[in-house]
Amino acid sequence: MATDSDVESVFAGREERSPLKKVQYFLHLYPTTIPFLVLLIGIVVFGVVVGDRFFHPFNLSLVLQQVTVIALLAVGQTMVILVAGIDLSVGAIMVLSSVVMGRFAVVMGWPPELALMAGLAVGAACGFLNGLLITSLRLPPFIVTLGTWSIFESINFLYSKNETLRQQDVEAVAPLLQFTGHSIRLTDIIPLDFLRGGVLTFGSVLMIFVAIVVSYVLTRTMFGRHVYASGDDPEAARLVGINVRFTLLKVYTCAGLICGFAGWVLIGRIGAVSPNAGYNANLDSITAVVIGGTSLFGGRGAIIGTLFGALIVGIFRNGLALAGLQNNWQNLTVGALIIVAVALDQWIRRVSV
Amino acid sequence: MSPLATIRTPLPVLQARGLVKRFGRVVAIDEADFDLMPGEVLAVIGDNGAGKTTMIKALVGAIEPDAGEIVMDGAPVHFRSPIEARSAGIETVYQNLALSPALSVAENMFLGRERRIPGWRGRFLRTLDRGGMRREARQRLSDLGILTVQNVDLPVEALSGGQRQGVAVARATAFGTRVVVMDEPTAALGVKESRRVLELILDVKARGMSIILISHNMPHVFEVADRIHIHRLGRRVAVIRPEDHEMSDAVAIMTGAMEPPKTDPIPFVRTDRPRQEGQTS
Repeated sequence: MATDSDVESVFAGREERSPLKKVQYFLHLYPTTIPFLVLLIGIVVFGVVVGDRFFHPFNLSLVLQQVTVIALLAVGQTMVILVAGIDLSVGAIMVLSSVVMGRFAVVMGWPPELALMAGLAVGAACGFLNGLLITSLRLPPFIVTLGTWSIFESINFLYSKNETLRQQDVEAVAPLLQFTGHSIRLTDIIPLDFLRGGVLTFGSVLMIFVAIVVSYVLTRTMFGRHVYASGDDPEAARLVGINVRFTLLKVYTCAGLICGFAGWVLIGRIGAVSPNAGYNANLDSITAVVIGGTSLFGGRGAIIGTLFGALIVGIFRNGLALAGLQNNWQNLTVGALIIVAVALDQWIRRVSV
Repeated sequence: MSPLATIRTPLPVLQARGLVKRFGRVVAIDEADFDLMPGEVLAVIGDNGAGKTTMIKALVGAIEPDAGEIVMDGAPVHFRSPIEARSAGIETVYQNLALSPALSVAENMFLGRERRIPGWRGRFLRTLDRGGMRREARQRLSDLGILTVQNVDLPVEALSGGQRQGVAVARATAFGTRVVVMDEPTAALGVKESRRVLELILDVKARGMSIILISHNMPHVFEVADRIHIHRLGRRVAVIRPEDHEMSDAVAIMTGAMEPPKTDPIPFVRTDRPRQEGQTS
C-alpha cells in the first residue's frame, strides 16, 4: 500500500524509479516518441543498407505519394479509434466517394465542382450512417462497419456497373478531380540543389492540411477533449455532462467526410476512377493508426503519431524493396511492427498503480 | 400565516417530503423525508438495500420520484438530470469518481465545462483557453491543499487513489457549488488516504458548502458529520447527532434492533415562487 510520503513524492516527481520505469513513465506522457524513433531508426538503417538510392529526393517523394491515401484514411480512422471504435468501411467509403465524383462529372455531366461536393457528401453520409447505427441501435462498431463495408462496396459495384472511367475521359471533362495528382517540384519552393528530383503532390498537401486541422480540433477544442473523454471512459464522460452518443455520431461523420477527401486523392493518384481501387485500404489505415501509437482501447493517441505510422509502413516497404526483399518480406515486417506496437501500448498503459 | 414566519432555524438548503419511488413491485423509497442545512456535513447511513442511494439519486435528478416534493432554498425543484441539478449548485462525487484517466488533472477539472479563449480565436476557431484553465485548476487545487503547483498536466491515472478523490472533490467544489454529495468517498482508500479525504470534507464545509456524505464507515461518519440521517426500509427513521449517541446506537437503529429516538422535526419550507439561479441563502 502506498504511504503518505509516497503519495507526496509521486506528486512532486521525486520518487526513485528504476531506469526501465522511467522510460515507461516518459513514454506514457509522450507516447508519440516511439513511432518517431522507429521512423528515425528505419530511415537511418535503410539509408545505411540501401545508400543513396534511398535518400534520393525522388524516392522519398515517391514514398510520400504512396502513403498519402492511406495516411488520409488513417487520420479519419484515428478519430474513430480514439472513441474506442473501429471503422472497417473506410476503404469502401473512399472508393464509393470517388466513383460518385467520377460518374457525376463524366457520365451525368455535372460541373466538376458539384460532382466533387456530391462525392464528399456521400462520404459524410456513409460515416453518418455508421455513427447512427452504432449510437442508436447500440451495436458494436466492429459489427456495424463490417456490415456497411459490404453494403458500401456492393452499392459501389452496382452503381458503377463495375466500369472504370478512363484517365483521358476524366481529364477531358473534370480535370479538377485529378488535381490532387498534380505536383510541384520541391526546387520550385526551396531552390536547394539536393532537393532536385523531389516532388510534392497536391494530394499530399491536402492530406497534411486535413491532418493539421483534425489535430487542432482534437487537441485545442472542446469537441476534441470530448472525443478523448468519450473514448477513455464513456460512463465518466456521461456523468460530467458530455453527450457521448452525439460525440460518437460526429466522429463517424467526420471520418466519412475524410474518406471522401481520400477518394479525391485516390483519383489523382491513379488518374482513372476505378471501383476496384484501394482494396487493402481498410486494414492499412488501421495498421498506420496502431503503429502510430494510438490505443485500440480509445482515449489515447495523436494524429502526428498516425502520420508517423503511415510513413513507417511506407519507409519499411520502400526500403525493403530497394534492399531486394519482395512483397512477402515487407508484409511480414509490417505484421511484426503491428504486434510490437500493440505490445508496447499495453506495457505503457500499465504505468499506473 | 406565512410559512417563513415559523422558521427559527436558518433556511434549509435542500428538503424533501414524502418521496416515493417504486421499481415494479419493489418500493425503493417509501415516503422518505430529507433535510439538509446550510454549511453542515450530513451523513446518510443505512443498511445495504435500505434505499439511501435511490433517495440521493432522486434528490440529484438521476431518477425521477413517483411522488413527493423536493425544495431547494424553499422553492420547488424538479431536476430531470444530474446536469440540471448541477446547474442549480448540487454536485455529486460518484464512487467511481467519473474522471477520465488518460486526460490531465486540469482537463478533468474542466471536463464538460471547458472555456474558450476570449476574442476572435475563441469565437471563430473555438480555441480552448488552456492556459487559463490550467491556472485556475492549479489555484483550486492549492486552495484545497491537494497538489503542488506543477502537477496539473499529469494524467489522472498517474495519481494515487486519495489524490484522484481530491481532484474529483476539487472539481465538484469549484464552480459555484452549494451542495456536494459524496458517495462512499473512503471505501476504496487506505488509512492515510482516507484521513486526507476526511480533512478535505471539513475543508469544503469550512468554505460554507453543505455536504451529503453517504458512507458505511461508522468511525468516519462519527468523526466528520454534524448530523446523521439514518435510513431504514426505504425511509428516514431518525436523525441523530454524533455527540448524543454511540456508534453502536446508530447501527442498532439502522438494523431495527433499537427504537429510533424522537427528534425535533425541521419545518418544511416551501414558497411558490420559482427558484432563481445563483441565489444564496
